[in-house]
Amino acid sequence: MTKVLMDGNSAIAEAAIRAGLRCYFGYPITPQNELTEYMAAHLSRRKGCAFVQAESEVAAINMVYGASLVGARAMTSSSSPGISLKQEGISYLAACELPAVIVNMQRGGPGLGSIAASQADYFQATRGGGHGDYRTIVLGPSSVQELADITMRAFDLADKYKIPVVILGDGVLGQMKEPVEFKREAPEEPPIREDALRGARGRPSKIVKTFTSNPSELEEINWSLFRRYALIKKNETTYDKFMTDDARLVVVAYGIAARIARGAIKTLRAEGLKVGLFRPITLWPFPDEQIREISKLVKHFLVFELNMGQMIEDVQMALAGQGEVAFYGRPGGVIPTPNEVGRVMSRLYYQKGLK
Amino acid sequence: MKLIYSRPRSLKRTPFHYCPGCGHSVAHRLICEVIDELRLQDRTIGIPPPGCSVFAYNYFDVDMAESAHGRGAAVATGIKRAYPEITVFTYQGDGDLAGIGTAETIHAANRGENITIIFINNAVYGMTGGQMAPTTLRGMKTTTTPYGRDHVLEGHPIRMSEILAMLDGVAYIERVAVNSPANIRRAKKAISKAFQMQLENRGFSMVEILSPCPTNWKMTPVQAWKWIDVEMTRVFPLGVFKDVTEKNSAD
Repeated sequence: MTKVLMDGNSAIAEAAIRAGLRCYFGYPITPQNELTEYMAAHLSRRKGCAFVQAESEVAAINMVYGASLVGARAMTSSSSPGISLKQEGISYLAACELPAVIVNMQRGGPGLGSIAASQADYFQATRGGGHGDYRTIVLGPSSVQELADITMRAFDLADKYKIPVVILGDGVLGQMKEPVEFKREAPEEPPIREDALRGARGRPSKIVKTFTSNPSELEEINWSLFRRYALIKKNETTYDKFMTDDARLVVVAYGIAARIARGAIKTLRAEGLKVGLFRPITLWPFPDEQIREISKLVKHFLVFELNMGQMIEDVQMALAGQGEVAFYGRPGGVIPTPNEVGRVMSRLYYQKGLK
Repeated sequence: MKLIYSRPRSLKRTPFHYCPGCGHSVAHRLICEVIDELRLQDRTIGIPPPGCSVFAYNYFDVDMAESAHGRGAAVATGIKRAYPEITVFTYQGDGDLAGIGTAETIHAANRGENITIIFINNAVYGMTGGQMAPTTLRGMKTTTTPYGRDHVLEGHPIRMSEILAMLDGVAYIERVAVNSPANIRRAKKAISKAFQMQLENRGFSMVEILSPCPTNWKMTPVQAWKWIDVEMTRVFPLGVFKDVTEKNSAD
C-alpha cells in the first residue's frame, strides 16, 4: 500500500471512515478543525453515513449517543474546552455501555487557554472525566501513522468492550504532516452492531437506561463495569520501549512529549549516556506492571509531560517506591526542544552519579 | 359483544406510578394508541427524559432509551441520522425542553430533523418537587418562587410552540391540552398528525400538551383541569402554529 502525506487530524478522519464510521458529529474548535472538515467533505458523501455540524459540543456527544444506541460506529472530536462540555455525554455512554470514539486534540489550559499543543487533560481523560464511577479506554498516539492505526483500534476496542474510547492527542500531532499508510479499505457500507436498539421486531422491546431508584441495582451495574475494566487492563494494555535494556535512566513520556524525548535520547546515547524511553500507549489502562518490571533493573526515572505533572502520579503508583522519580514539564502550550529535555536528562544523569 | 375500548398493544400492562389527576398517563396512552393505529410498535424508538416521566420506559412497549436532561432532540437526531427507517419520538417536560435543552430543541427544529417531540407543559418541575419552570405563569407560586413568579426578577413564561413555529425546518406544531374529553380527542389527533409528518419525511414535528400537575399545583384534579382552561390557556393558547400540509393545500 502507498503512503500519503497527511496532517494528523485528517489522518484520524480517513482512518475512522476506513474503520466503518457511520456518523460523525462535531463542533468547530482549534486545533482539530481539519478533522471535522475532512468528515464534511468525505463522510457525508458515503452511502448510509451522516455528518452533522452540531450546535454545541453537548449536542454533538448526545448525537453520538443516539447513533451508538442504534448500532452505528459513531465519533466526535474536539479540543480541551470542548471536551469538558462533552463529559456529560461520555458519562451516559459509559453508564449505558455504548461504544463511541472521542478525539481530544489537547490545547493549553485552564479556561479558554491557548490553541498550542498541551497534555493538560491527562487527569480528566484517565479518571473518567465526567460524573460517576467509570473509566474510558484512553489511547495516546505519538505520530501520524500511530494516529491512523490507533483510530482503527479505538473502534474495535469500543465495540469489543462496549465502552467509550478517548484518543488523547494534542495540537502538534493534529497539525503536523507525516507520511501515513492506511491498513484497511473502507467498507461498502459501515457495520451495524447486532445488539443495538433497532425497533422491537421479532423480539420483546428493550430499554436502555441509566436511572434506577434502587441503589443495589446501580451497585451491581458498577460492579459489572469494573469487572470489564479489569478484563481490559489484562488484555489491552500497550506500551512501547526505546533503548531501555541497558538504560540507567528511563524517561516516561507519552504522545508528542515522547517524540521530543526520543530525539533527546538519541543525542545523549551518541555521547555515551545510557538513557531510554518508556512510552505508555494505553494511558488507561496504564501499563503499571510493565513499569514495575523495568524497575528491577533501573532505579531512576524522569517523567516528562506537557503539563505540571499528571501522569507522574500513575508512574509513582506503579513503582510504589521502587525507584526515584523526577519530573520535567512545560505547561500552557509551550513545547520544549529535544535539546532542552536532553539537558534536563543529562543533568539528572550526572547528579545521580549514573555515569 | 363488541369490544370498543381496550388497552393499546404498545402500552405495557404496568400500573402507572403517576399521581392522581396527572396528565402523563393520559398522554402516554394517546401516544400508544397512535403507535398502534399507525402500526409502528416494531419500528419505533422512544426517548424519555429525566423527570417524573423517566419511567416512561416501563410503560411503552417499544424500544426505549433514556436521554440526558434536555438532550432529547440531539439524541433523536443521532438516532434518525444513523437509522432513517426508524420512527423516533422524544417525550420531554418543560424544564427539559424549554430550559436546559432549549438549544438542542431549537437547532433540531431548525435543521428540520425528521423527528417527533411530545412536549409536556405543566408549568413546574414535577419530580424535583415543584420548582419554577421556564413555563411557570406570572404570579404563580412554586417552591422557588414562594411569593409568586415576578417577571422583573424571574422572567416570563416562555412560549416554545410560538418560537419554534418561526423556524423553516418545522413541519408541524400544535398546542393541545389533556383536561377534558374534547381536548383529549384533539390531542390524539395532533399526536397522530405529528407522527404522520415524520412518516412522510416532512421534517420536525412537535405537539405541546398542557398537562395538569395537581400535586405541585396544590389542587384537586378537577381544580387542575379548570385551571388549565381558565389560566394556562390564556398564556398558552391552544391551536395549530404551523402545518406545512395546510400551507401546501392553500398555495
